[in-house]
Amino acid sequence: MSGDHILTVDRLMMRFGGIVAVNELSFAAERRKITALIGPNGAGKTTVFNCITGFYRPSGGAIRLAHDDGRTIQLERLNDFRISKQAKVARTFQNIRLFPGMTALENLMVAQHNALMRASGLTVLGLLGLPSWREAERRAIDLARAWLDRVGLLDRADDAAGNLPYGDQRRLEIARAMCTEPALLCLDEPAAGLNARESGGLNELLLSIRNEQGTSILLIEHDMSVVMEISDHVVVMDYGVKIAEGTPQAVRDDPKVIAAYLGADEEEAIAVMESGT
Amino acid sequence: MSATSARPSHAAQPSGGAFILKKALISALVALVLFSLMIGVRTEAGPQGGLIYWTRFGDLAALVATVFGGSIIVELLRQWWGPIDKDSLVPKPVQSAMSFAGRWLAPALLVFAFLVPVIFYDQRYILDLSILVLTYVMLGWGLNVVVGLAGLLDLGYVAFYAVGAYSYALLATNFGLSFWVCLPLAGILAAFWGVLLGFPVLRLRGDYLAIVTLAFGEIIRLVIINWQSLTGGPNGVSGIPRPTMFGIPLDNSDSGLAARLGIEFSPTHRLVFLFYLILAMALLTNWVTIRLRRLPIGRAWEALREDEVACRALGINTTTTKLTAFATGAMFGGFAGAFFATRQGFISPESFTFQESALVLAIVVLGGMGSQLGVALSALTMIGGFELFRGFDQYRMLVFGIAMVLLMIWRPRGLIGHRAPTVFLERNQAISSDLVKEGHG
Repeated sequence: MSGDHILTVDRLMMRFGGIVAVNELSFAAERRKITALIGPNGAGKTTVFNCITGFYRPSGGAIRLAHDDGRTIQLERLNDFRISKQAKVARTFQNIRLFPGMTALENLMVAQHNALMRASGLTVLGLLGLPSWREAERRAIDLARAWLDRVGLLDRADDAAGNLPYGDQRRLEIARAMCTEPALLCLDEPAAGLNARESGGLNELLLSIRNEQGTSILLIEHDMSVVMEISDHVVVMDYGVKIAEGTPQAVRDDPKVIAAYLGADEEEAIAVMESGT
Repeated sequence: MSATSARPSHAAQPSGGAFILKKALISALVALVLFSLMIGVRTEAGPQGGLIYWTRFGDLAALVATVFGGSIIVELLRQWWGPIDKDSLVPKPVQSAMSFAGRWLAPALLVFAFLVPVIFYDQRYILDLSILVLTYVMLGWGLNVVVGLAGLLDLGYVAFYAVGAYSYALLATNFGLSFWVCLPLAGILAAFWGVLLGFPVLRLRGDYLAIVTLAFGEIIRLVIINWQSLTGGPNGVSGIPRPTMFGIPLDNSDSGLAARLGIEFSPTHRLVFLFYLILAMALLTNWVTIRLRRLPIGRAWEALREDEVACRALGINTTTTKLTAFATGAMFGGFAGAFFATRQGFISPESFTFQESALVLAIVVLGGMGSQLGVALSALTMIGGFELFRGFDQYRMLVFGIAMVLLMIWRPRGLIGHRAPTVFLERNQAISSDLVKEGHG
């Protein structure tokens, strides 16, 4: 494979007991590009995500992350919070996982935990209220404010996250992931439950994140209008294996993909084909 | 539009006469089954030692009828009132008055606390009681870090109280260290035990965490009872030195404070000193907790309570975050324990039973988890109120229990259920308790 790849998944295996959820899957995500991972329900997409973001430990294979500065990190060796802290991979969840009892602003402040912990001298300097800590906190609030502005939630900054409408919660979760200043942003069905206007706004947001922040994006999506419009590269999975890969155009016309969707779910197949016309 | 959508729950409930009748019949049936043996038949030992019995079906019928009628009345009242929510229960002017009171309550309480020894100088009983209340306020604030902020249910908090108390008692009696040296040591030792407890329970959640912490509390107590050579076992430790005012003893001797100031000695001096000491310690706990909430570690605690999986996805080390919560809470418990030891002059394992853990936890839960003011108010109610009920004699526990049940019905999330945000851009508005999670342990 050619090109500048930020993420290389190499023969990834994931078994749960006797069930093989992901079988020797290999694909790569290009730097500063949007890569979409699609497939019928139960194809193993979220399992791949959980392996990449450290929630599962893969049964086999390798996941390599190449940073801008040339560092290469073996993600399958890191686990848990270190994926986000050291490898700079951020994720969102299929069913939104915000901190509902905290305000939108607080949600974004929690996302900057590691940077703020350093600035507060592991709490000691912060407890004393030193100016360096206050300065760091002000910068963190400014970053959070900037992201709230980007996702159009500045006027709701002081509202509890749990009180926001569904579409706003989706955008806030993306903003929260971006506040960790990730190199790779993994989005698990970001357009699920959004109406046409909201998913249009989501497209713009994701494109602007790619173009302005230069963050690489890997996304799982069922909404083909989102996938076809913004992805640079599409990987199609079915039953834990890759069945096709290429540009959105090429994937849409691939008979194997159409068959997979037809076989799995009629509605999705129709959605795939209709979004092309 | 708004009128129809405002009360969907009300419309969904069946409200016909048949429903009321059915409910009343069920209640009456339950009453019949319950009371048929308890009331309907009375047995007694006869003159020859045999068992004689007679029936009281009239009483039984009257009771069942009362339950039947009462059930109908209650159901009618409930429909007349409509669904219970805060807006309909409390009229608007009262609400605004309450929010005004809420804003001034904390400063007013603080000023009052400072004036207590002045106002009640001659009433030893009240001074003693307020010292006790403040001890529980401090314990409540300490446990609030673990339970209220981090959402980890800790049923063995008294263990750290015991560690603090025994640390001071043993260090002071064996090595002659002063209170002011022992106080930080007691805190450090308690924090150390907090971390030690934290490690094995990190993977546990909810009920399982509660059980292990409960066991930990018991283990500490049993170790204290059985390690006779160190702790004196059930006999406890006596002759614990009283605190000195930075080296000046508060006693009747020539070098005592009273003699140095040239005033007449009174035992109240020491009480007043102890009062201000525990007040200062409690306020320090409060200040540190408020500060910590606004620091990344405090926000991480609350985020952990809200959603642990999301925390991990954001790169927060949940292990150290939980351990710091345990350690911080334990440290405050240790401070309070050292104070307890110096106040009593004698400690024994009997002071550190599960009863104490339950009481402190009840203070935190009744006060509203995470709310500093709520915890202070509920410590005042629980400890002070309990003394107020002394007039009820044997019904004291009953009245107290009913009061607690009523409070929990009226305010299911504690006295102060809402959460104040730690940072805001424009408006500092409280977050409704419906949204704030309780944590899963």
